[in-house]
Amino acid sequence: MVDAVTEPVTAKPPVLQLAGVRKSYGSGETESEILHGIDLTLQPGEFAALIGPSGSGKSTLLNLIGLLDRPGSGRLSIAGEETTGLDDNNLTRLRGRSIGFVFQHHHLIPAFTALENVAMPLLVARGRPDDEMYERAGGLLDQVGLGERKQHLANRLSGGQQQRVAIARALCMQPQLVLADEPTGNLDTHSADDVFALLRQINRQAGTSFLIVTHDPRLAARCDRIIELVDGAIVSDHANAAS
Amino acid sequence: MTKIARFHWRPPFEWIAALRFLREGRTQSLLIIVGVGVGVAVIVFMSALLSGLQANLIKRTLSSQAHIVLLPPEEVARPQSGAQATSLNLQKQGQRLRSIDQWQPLRERLAAWPEVAAVSPVAAGPAFAVRGDATKAVTLLGIEPDLYNRVVSLADRLIAGQLRVGAGEVVIGSELARDLGAELGDKLRVTTAGGAGETLTVTGIFDLGNKGVNARNVYVGLRTGQTLLDLVGGVSSMDLALRDLDEAEQLAARIAAETGLVADSWIRTNAQFVTALTSQRVSSNVIRFFIGLSVAFGIASVLVVSVIQRSKEIGILRAMGATQAQMLRIFLLQGGIVGFLGSLLGSALAGAFLLLWQTLARNPDGTPMFVIGVEPGLVMIAAGGASLVGILAAMLPARRAARLDPVVAIRG
Repeated sequence: MVDAVTEPVTAKPPVLQLAGVRKSYGSGETESEILHGIDLTLQPGEFAALIGPSGSGKSTLLNLIGLLDRPGSGRLSIAGEETTGLDDNNLTRLRGRSIGFVFQHHHLIPAFTALENVAMPLLVARGRPDDEMYERAGGLLDQVGLGERKQHLANRLSGGQQQRVAIARALCMQPQLVLADEPTGNLDTHSADDVFALLRQINRQAGTSFLIVTHDPRLAARCDRIIELVDGAIVSDHANAAS
Repeated sequence: MTKIARFHWRPPFEWIAALRFLREGRTQSLLIIVGVGVGVAVIVFMSALLSGLQANLIKRTLSSQAHIVLLPPEEVARPQSGAQATSLNLQKQGQRLRSIDQWQPLRERLAAWPEVAAVSPVAAGPAFAVRGDATKAVTLLGIEPDLYNRVVSLADRLIAGQLRVGAGEVVIGSELARDLGAELGDKLRVTTAGGAGETLTVTGIFDLGNKGVNARNVYVGLRTGQTLLDLVGGVSSMDLALRDLDEAEQLAARIAAETGLVADSWIRTNAQFVTALTSQRVSSNVIRFFIGLSVAFGIASVLVVSVIQRSKEIGILRAMGATQAQMLRIFLLQGGIVGFLGSLLGSALAGAFLLLWQTLARNPDGTPMFVIGVEPGLVMIAAGGASLVGILAAMLPARRAARLDPVVAIRG
């Protein structure tokens, strides 16, 4: 503790920090390493694309960052909190509080309405519904342009609408970081543009950081930073002047 | 936002999710609830039928019997002191008709026990009933009618006349009345082996539902009985009615130990009958257990399938921050809810069966054979039991749901 570095109190910690993260699957003879020592830092408010060919380890990396899986070695911290020693309950709590997810296949829960799906992370965290969470969820649905569809069951909405509900849900906990896995992969060009614009708008208004996994070079070109993963290692990481 | 504030009480997240999942998987949920319902219906129907049947049998058996009968201790032949035991040939002594020592204070003491509902002193012994040319061997019972009536409800079982056994009056059974050709107001002569005899007027005729009792029992006043049986001031037995039938055996043992009298409980005097009742109950418990088991397996198998079907949603909820404990509770609740709803359906079904049963199973005179119903207590036990079975059955699937790896679940 003697040579502990004291940082200025005003500096916000990075929303995401990975140092030497490795991950392998299988064991013994069949063990294969998917990620070979990833170092990556994402600052608050960044809007970054993660690109790379299939099998490059993008999904694995995203699962680690989303605290859905644990690294084999290395350090991973979310919003300044080191995750290495946390048990499942604490990981779950940190995940619920700090990270929003937007999946390729929207992944709403069909038994619930649009409003309830958006409020779900709050409901799960608080354990019991209240007016405030539905008000917040309603506001988010208004924001993504689905104010009129609040009471529709999730499976009664179109693909683009479902993805927008999923985005509203990802924002429900006011997370510092949103992880989006091919958020427009399943949508037609028009809906894809709408959804992307929405992400961008939220990033600018709320200062939420985004890490967007995509195959689509057109989409990546509109992000501020492009991180490229090939064969489990980051081969390039640069700011995108064109955005 | 006003629309949202319509519920005052809001169930916890786990309840909402459990109910939504059940509602969404409508066909599956309905099928398993009906399955549970049928199982519960059989259990409830069988329990109600059996307890009705047994209560009816016990009631019939005990309608002409005391719950405990107290008798004087047996007389034992004792060798004279100093005699060589080996040279003795002991013959078992015949039992004379004797009185219970100090029966009056004893009666008061026993009547004060909280477990004892009534104590009726009886002077009983063998006698002959004679009318004209007809002579019948009978059991003469000298009773105090008010007390006796609280042990054996004789007054309710009269088919003619009334329960009046004053001096010179007698109440006889329907069989004996027929054998002797006696009617109300007729005279008959009762004589005992000792040679005493008295001419009595028939004031009442009873039917206790037992042919032997109807042919044998002859009721007179206690004093008349004592005189005829040469037991002046004494009683040959005391009949007890208890508040709880099932305590008869323990209570009989306690009375015997405290008083030195012989105490026979109805459970011992009807040992075969009681054994039959017990084995009936045991076999029905076995059946109930296996029905419960198959209900549990039904619930478990439906939930296992549901966990597999919903693995993606489980994964999403986990990604949204739902803990393993929350997932566990969602599925345990589904099991409990299915069990509970099934038990309500089952109780209703059982009630319908029982109504049908009562219209079909009737005595020759058209009255229901015996009255049984679904008691609230039984429904509550069924509901509690089925909910518990549901929760237990959900244990395995719920643990699978809780341990599901969110990464795998979402990808699948």
